[in-house]
Amino acid sequence: MSAREDILGRIRSALRDAPVAPEIPREYRATSELDQDALVHLLSDRLVDYKARVSVVAAADVPARIAELLADVGSYVAPEGLDAAWVTESDARRRVDSAAAPLSVAELDGIGAVVTGSAAAVAETGTIILDGSPNQGRRAISLVPDHHICVVNAADIAGILPESLRRIDGTRPLTLISGPSATSDIELERVEGVHGPRILDVIIGR
Amino acid sequence: MSTFLGMPSLPVFGSGNLHAAESFPKAAHRELGNAQLRANLGHATHTIRDKRLQVVSELPDWEQLRDAGSAIKESVMARLPELLEQFEQNFTARGGVIHWARDASEANEIVAGLIRDTGETEVVKVKSMATQEIGLNEYLEEQGIAAFETDLAELIVQLDHDKPSHILVPAIHKNRTEIRDIFLREMPGADPELTDNPAVLAMAARAHLRRKFLTAKVAVSGANFALADSGTLAVVESEGNGRMCLTLPETLITVMGVEKLLPSWQDLEVFMQLLPRSSTGERMNPYTSLWTGVTEGDGPQNVHLVLLDNGRSAALADEMGRSALHCIRCSACMNVCPVYERTGGHAYGSTYPGPIGAILSPLLTGIESEENSSLPYASSLCGACYDACPVKINIPDILVHLRSVDVDSQRGKKKLPSQMDVGMSAASWALSSGKRLGLLERGLPLGRLAAGRDKKIKKLPGIAAGWTQSRDIPAPPAQSFRNWWAKERQGAEQHGGKTQDTTQNEETGA
Repeated sequence: MSAREDILGRIRSALRDAPVAPEIPREYRATSELDQDALVHLLSDRLVDYKARVSVVAAADVPARIAELLADVGSYVAPEGLDAAWVTESDARRRVDSAAAPLSVAELDGIGAVVTGSAAAVAETGTIILDGSPNQGRRAISLVPDHHICVVNAADIAGILPESLRRIDGTRPLTLISGPSATSDIELERVEGVHGPRILDVIIGR
Repeated sequence: MSTFLGMPSLPVFGSGNLHAAESFPKAAHRELGNAQLRANLGHATHTIRDKRLQVVSELPDWEQLRDAGSAIKESVMARLPELLEQFEQNFTARGGVIHWARDASEANEIVAGLIRDTGETEVVKVKSMATQEIGLNEYLEEQGIAAFETDLAELIVQLDHDKPSHILVPAIHKNRTEIRDIFLREMPGADPELTDNPAVLAMAARAHLRRKFLTAKVAVSGANFALADSGTLAVVESEGNGRMCLTLPETLITVMGVEKLLPSWQDLEVFMQLLPRSSTGERMNPYTSLWTGVTEGDGPQNVHLVLLDNGRSAALADEMGRSALHCIRCSACMNVCPVYERTGGHAYGSTYPGPIGAILSPLLTGIESEENSSLPYASSLCGACYDACPVKINIPDILVHLRSVDVDSQRGKKKLPSQMDVGMSAASWALSSGKRLGLLERGLPLGRLAAGRDKKIKKLPGIAAGWTQSRDIPAPPAQSFRNWWAKERQGAEQHGGKTQDTTQNEETGA
């Protein structure tokens, strides 16, 4: 008998008392009542609590803020589908990455920063969701460079996790980010920045 | 869905790092002698416990989330064959490959075979309880394959040739100075000037592992959740080592217990709220990765999943114990357990320590597995673990249930009645009659003599010696309550008080 048949057989045998699957009570919150100002405020607060750096700017000022943050960075990588208005067309430091023409891991390791958009955000938990859309790119580009500059549209911020997850396609390659990389493995003292980007800059554009 | 027509088979128990090498009382006695361990543990468990309480109290619907989580897991267990087949179909349709492993050695062989097929002799690993349970690293080493743990705490434990002592923070038993010394001794190229500042130590680990991450061709991981309706896997982590392993290599091999399934995407919204708050006491862990089979041009292109039984079907067969499989490995139970806090994780022997380990390990191996039969007794039954459990596993009830299974399995093994049997029969005889008990209580002053001048009994004979090994018993009072009551009542009657005559009722219960 194959292992598969064997295991499924054992499990069916273990369930010979025929337990009935209960109704799932879903009385937990599915939506939140916060307006956009409150959502922006709460998300900023929670991200800062995780030691991310946050700037809230008018949508029109996003490119200027990105330029400021990139001022002292050498080269940076941008996914192919990044909003063209966000980075100046003539920028020689920019490397463009796509699934069709990916940069190697070694190349990414030599690049100082990455600029991406985002798919959604959760204010209550300080979480940003990347789903691999063209303005966010392959997972590797937001992982290997040490500085991640991530743009969140205020309209994409939800109050609580269920609201955001219900807007997302779960079969995409997803990364949920809540602050920069961190560890608490040594005497539970939190240290920011272990293997992922050590600096997370979030620009909330509204 | 296929129908099972075969005869119900006997449960098949798990193997690997699930068996204690010695009984809990023996191991605990040794660990209790380590004052440094107790200090490190006390600090760590209290810190996480306080953080957890704080973030849990922020959620107005915490109890509703627990109710949903508990019901979802109960539903998964009831529907497990159907959900496994659904998951397999979806994962395979998206380019993933599924392997089934009956036990630890079969899982190890599958993983080693998959690594050999790539031609590689080195792999990077994301911290995983399942691979710890099957002893994968040791097996791979025998096969000439080096497995590098990349979680900081796992790295510390691996470098020190030690064993993890906690599900979430495996090096919780070590303090910063001990960790610095391990790095200086075992980490090639470690800066001799390394201080014991946690930030400095974390950066040393970053430098040590960076090259490995960027060049690794094969990674091995566990999974926190698997979604049946889409074939999606999820790994929850903090350091980014998980993302490195799950994203950069060409081949990804995941090992996961069959019980980790969730029926649908919607269920993730429940568990992604329950898990981080219960485990690290954070509103959300820094990184969560989800992947559904293979995504062209992004991440590993060879994606494998080893579905592990290793005693889970046996645990499922125990109707009362099966809810131990609801466990999401958050470790909240161990951080509130007074027994774990003092003995540490190593005393439990198995990969799974603390209250959940005390029920899960004997369920996976069978209570008759010699040294695991002491685990259900490694508890004060205070119930703190039940209160802390995000999916409401009734650990105290299962502990009591397993104790009775243990007692039943011992019965009939011995030819002569044990001291415990004799003692219990004697107690039953005495306690079933008020008169008999009254007579015996006249012997109490003898106990006072045995106690001596400091009014403490330090050593009892026979089976009771176990109790006095680590505690004193206060000397019995000079007279019994019964005696005292009789005298008091006499006094009351003399003062004209009206009391009910109970002497005649005393025997009615007999």
